Amino acid sequence: MSVANRPVHRPLSPHLQIYRPQLTSVLSILHRATGIALAVGALYLALWVMCAMSPRAYSTFQSFNTSLLGRFVLGGWLFSGFYHLCNGIRHLFWDAGYGFELKDAYRSGWIVVGVSLVATAVSWIVGLRLI
Amino acid sequence: MTDRRTPLARARGLGSAKEGVHHWWMQRLTAIALIPLVVWFAVSLVMLSGADYQVVRAWIGSPLVMVMLILVIGVGLHHGQLGMQVVWEDYTEGAFRVAMIVLTKFLAVLFGLGAIVAILRIGFGG
Repeated sequence: MSVANRPVHRPLSPHLQIYRPQLTSVLSILHRATGIALAVGALYLALWVMCAMSPRAYSTFQSFNTSLLGRFVLGGWLFSGFYHLCNGIRHLFWDAGYGFELKDAYRSGWIVVGVSLVATAVSWIVGLRLI
Repeated sequence: MTDRRTPLARARGLGSAKEGVHHWWMQRLTAIALIPLVVWFAVSLVMLSGADYQVVRAWIGSPLVMVMLILVIGVGLHHGQLGMQVVWEDYTEGAFRVAMIVLTKFLAVLFGLGAIVAILRIGFGG
């Protein structure tokens, strides 16, 4: 067996379960989770537009959207959208080389949490014409 | 079995197909494009909430909305399938991984085209 083919047992770095959750890691996981939710949501959005071709299909579609489960799912997507948008901008700043200091990463993290929660709440309140 | 390739050749064989940067760049490019698109869409949804079928249909069929909606769905699905590809690559292996990546890409194109045809049909009548 050549050196190149010999199985190597390199040490594995400790994984998720060994670390105490911290803002940065939780937000990172949430970015991926909301991304997956939004990928499904994008298919649902495409379906919505396709249903808009016929009144019957559209009313069936809307009856789900206005149900309790539908409201819950749409509300989740709304938050996912705002969160992934804000945190995505945070990622773009990192890609450009800014905001890597621990203090900055935490501050931008809390800003993302705040803005996405407020944007979700405002959309919900204005959307349902509560004010 | 003896591997007669040099370590360099082996590394090359297993390594980049020179497409990693393209994936990374497209993900960033679509992300930047989605910032104004998603903000526009979120504001539109809030404005449209509670609207009946005729209002929604007329909204979809107006020229500016047609362009923006096709962009939101097209760019969104593209960005989504790029991201989902990475998710499958991170957590699954072998034939299942390949199958899921193929399925993801097929679904994105299918739903994207379906939505575009629907938007054009609503806008141009018929």
